[in-house]
Amino acid sequence: MEKLVNDFSFGLFFWQIIIFVLLLLLLRKFAWKPILNAVNAREEGIKDALASAEKAKLEMANLQADNEKMLQSARAERETMMKEAREIKAKMIADAKDEAQEAANKIITNAQAAIESEKKAAISELKEQVASLSIEIAEKVVKAELSDNEKQLKLVRNMLDNATLN
Amino acid sequence: MQRNTLVRILSVLLFITSFSAVAQDEHVKEAKEILPATKTKKEEIKEFINHHLMDSHDFNLFGSTDEETGETHHYGFPLPVILWDEGLHTFMSSEFDHGKSVVESNGNYYKLYHSKIYRTDADGTINYDESHHPTNVRPLDFSITKSVLMMLVVGLLLVWLFRSLAKSYAKNGSIPRGIGRFFEPVVLYIRDDIAIANIGENKYKKYMPFLLTVFFFIWFLNMFGLTPLGVNVTGNIAVTTALAIIVFFITTFTGTKDYWLHIVDPLGKSLPWYGKVALYPILVLIEILGMFIKPFALLIRLYANMTAGHVVMMSLIGLIFIFKSWIGGPLSFGLAFAIMLIELLVALLQAYIFTMLAALYFGFASVSHEHHEEHEGEIQHL
Repeated sequence: MEKLVNDFSFGLFFWQIIIFVLLLLLLRKFAWKPILNAVNAREEGIKDALASAEKAKLEMANLQADNEKMLQSARAERETMMKEAREIKAKMIADAKDEAQEAANKIITNAQAAIESEKKAAISELKEQVASLSIEIAEKVVKAELSDNEKQLKLVRNMLDNATLN
Repeated sequence: MQRNTLVRILSVLLFITSFSAVAQDEHVKEAKEILPATKTKKEEIKEFINHHLMDSHDFNLFGSTDEETGETHHYGFPLPVILWDEGLHTFMSSEFDHGKSVVESNGNYYKLYHSKIYRTDADGTINYDESHHPTNVRPLDFSITKSVLMMLVVGLLLVWLFRSLAKSYAKNGSIPRGIGRFFEPVVLYIRDDIAIANIGENKYKKYMPFLLTVFFFIWFLNMFGLTPLGVNVTGNIAVTTALAIIVFFITTFTGTKDYWLHIVDPLGKSLPWYGKVALYPILVLIEILGMFIKPFALLIRLYANMTAGHVVMMSLIGLIFIFKSWIGGPLSFGLAFAIMLIELLVALLQAYIFTMLAALYFGFASVSHEHHEEHEGEIQHL
């Protein structure tokens, strides 16, 4: 200990304090502050760059998701449009079918009516002919009937019989 | 293959050690026969080591002794001597002629004795007390000694080095170039693992310039101490004292309210008042002593480690000259080389420890109530 105290040089102590404090001030101004600031700035820069990259990634993902969504909706829209079109087509076909059916039915009924009237006309004509024929026949028969008296009398009698009954 | 090599190396080592043991035995016998000569050699080396550990007034590169005349020649350059002795005295250290001549300056006479300057009479008489210590007056010595010169050199080197690093950042867009690639990780390590780890994210910034300066200052001086220039600056008690006192002042003047509160009231609310009355006379005394013991430990640790390293190195190198044999010499050399490698590590380690502990003390000083509890345990350990 005595040796230590003996070795202690006040001059060296004095210079050490002066030099060290000066060195501290000089280095602080010219070295440490710029170095630490540069390092900090760089670290901040890296952090920012990373954050922005992350953000860009997120945006990209969002964009992709949006695209996907848009694609999905477009697809869905197409699907509905196709469906509608199909429905319209089916409806149109059905409508056309109905209309055709109706028209056909009308035609048929018309035809049927025409046939009916033709038939009626034909029947009435036939009836007339039959009537005229039967009248002719009847004339002939009557003529033949009334060709002798007895038969005439018999007829009258019959007719009278019928008439009394009525 | 590897095992074979190992076996070979081991056998060679065994061979050498056995031989050197024999050689040492022989040497001891020899030494007994020519005792006075060897003793002076040993003493010479011891003196040389002691001399080397001390500060010096001139920058000696090497010296040689003339065999015929017994005169010692010194090769190096003188340094300015600045004395305050009822007035300023300045002259070059070459005028001392390595302690052989008396220097007259403004009517006072000075003589260099064992690297120290004493005021003497015109004949250069030095009076001694019983234990052979000089009793002459020692003037206040503000000389630019070898250590001061080395500190200036290291200071300039640091300013140049880190200024260029700072400039290279500005030039290359925050990317270090050249030597900066080596020093930047060190700077970042001090910031992240020493400053932020011990002081905390919020307050570390104001301590950073000191921590960085003290780390590189000590490290560079330690490394210069390992060069053959042999400047043992950090192994000088005055230098470490100055550094420790700066640490003490920074700790004391940046101390927060909580830091001082901890010193006067170390246990806080965990102890009722009657317990405090009994314990506090001792506890507070210990806390107040601790304020001074912490920087004192810093100064002793650095001084002792560096001085010890230098003593071991010099002794091992000295052994080469004592052995003067083909076996002992290389063996000492090998040992000295191994110690040198360890010393390279120690140079860095001591700088790290000093910075680390300084940061730890700053951490205590800048503690605020939020993390008061965390540090409580640590203080007890130190």
